[in-house]
Amino acid sequence: MDALNFFANVDWSEIWLATGDTFIMLFGSLFFTVLLGLPLGVLLFMFGPRQMFEQKGIYAVLSLIVNILRSLPFIILLIVMIPITVLITGTSLGVAGAIPPLVVGATPFFARLVETALREVDRGIIEATQSMGASTRQIIINALLPEARPGIFAAITVTAITLVSYTAMAGVVGAGGLGDLAIRFGYQRFQTDVMVVTVVLLLILVQVLQSVGDKLVVHFSRK
Amino acid sequence: MIEFQQVHKTYRVAGRDIPALHPTSLSIDNGQVFGLIGHSGAGKSTLLRLINRLEAPSGGKIIVDGEDVTAFDASQLRSFRQQVGMIFQHFNLLASKTVADNVGLPLTLAGELSRKEIDARVAELLQRVGLSEHAKKYPAQLSGGQKQRVGIARALSTRPKILLCDEATSALDPQTTASVLQLLAEINRELNLTIVLITHEMDVIRRVCDQVAVMDAGQIVEQGPVAEVFLHPKHPTTKRFVQEDEQVDEAEQRDDFAHVPGRIVRLTFQGDATYAPLLGTVARETGVDYSILAGRIDRIKDTPYGQLTLAVTGGDMDAAFARFAAADVHMEVLR
Repeated sequence: MDALNFFANVDWSEIWLATGDTFIMLFGSLFFTVLLGLPLGVLLFMFGPRQMFEQKGIYAVLSLIVNILRSLPFIILLIVMIPITVLITGTSLGVAGAIPPLVVGATPFFARLVETALREVDRGIIEATQSMGASTRQIIINALLPEARPGIFAAITVTAITLVSYTAMAGVVGAGGLGDLAIRFGYQRFQTDVMVVTVVLLLILVQVLQSVGDKLVVHFSRK
Repeated sequence: MIEFQQVHKTYRVAGRDIPALHPTSLSIDNGQVFGLIGHSGAGKSTLLRLINRLEAPSGGKIIVDGEDVTAFDASQLRSFRQQVGMIFQHFNLLASKTVADNVGLPLTLAGELSRKEIDARVAELLQRVGLSEHAKKYPAQLSGGQKQRVGIARALSTRPKILLCDEATSALDPQTTASVLQLLAEINRELNLTIVLITHEMDVIRRVCDQVAVMDAGQIVEQGPVAEVFLHPKHPTTKRFVQEDEQVDEAEQRDDFAHVPGRIVRLTFQGDATYAPLLGTVARETGVDYSILAGRIDRIKDTPYGQLTLAVTGGDMDAAFARFAAADVHMEVLR
């Protein structure tokens, strides 16, 4: 009974609302991250050392941009991004205000993972596809991406989990979601019960993402 | 016909030019199985990849059926490559696609046939290489020999005129090698396909090739019909390859023969002569005696041959040698 009493003051409707916000932020930003990060990863790979379109200059520039964005702590990025976020979404608050910084924070990370996944593809596959008379576009779409699929799904999984922690951090600038709830109630109002509930929910979310991701990786490995 | 005119290739590694292929001229007739043999780094892989321009030549011309491959632009090159199949040592199948999708991939990329036509062609090819019941499997579920058969089916899907084989049997065990080589010989005969293969095993050359070129340090050091090169090797590299295949050590053999009395000759029989009762006839007529020191009877592609090393004693030796020379037998006097 004591255990139930402990959670007696938790406002569950608030919790479900925050969970919903976290979901929207997570999947909204994941969608745009994959949309932008996948081509960026392909470009990094193609222009990279000893690859099809080896271009030291272009690779160095892309690499530098990615590295700068990746070395910026997300909490700083959140604040630095505010004017740009307002420009894109009209607000820097709430779910809509959180998505641009989340995407900018996760895309370079995801692109690097995609680049690594593509490098894992046997060069012989590229050579074989070239020998069939494939164009560059065909090599990417019909050979490279399908062959790298397990690695790309692993990259999406890792990125999604990173985004969960980023969404929690976005609570600091008033983004809403479970992180915001934990900060406002759990931290600022000393409601340990709310803190516990949000932490448990975040934990479950991460676990579910990881196991779904792992299943997809195994499914597409064809080994 | 594939024609190399003074083709050479130089790689630039760490600011230095490394020659991979010295200026080479070569012609390969249509319908031939042409073998390139050499140790790793001899330039055979470079030469093979120049044909479908997976490697760009540093100079010279490569003419295939009257067209200059080196002058093709990107789109001409793509349609040319569709007419040149290629198989690989490590098969290079797409792990993410089924056997049927792998075989159909070149057709899908070419984009000229409908899905239905591709499926029909794939079924026909899988039947041809004996893998019909594996169509829905993924490459990881197949053995090495089966993977190479998928590779061959894939390479043949666009009905090419030329098939390039890059160490196609080097990753396979001897029995599987034999069956894959047999398949290559069959498709060469039935489809009148020109096959260019590279290998480091003389046995592969002996089983399927019509012509052979031996490569060493970026150039062709010996070339000719397989029987000629195999039975009468001239260049030291060629001799080494032949000895490796026969598992004979020349120096060791010389020591062994040191105690044997009489003259030592090596007779090479080819074709019908292989089965003629020549030795007995000559012995009766000239009174010579033989002891057989070493011997081998085998086939070079479809031609039987025999090679015997004999110690000859007594009788009229000169008359015996004259009789060998008169018969269709090649004779070398070793001592």
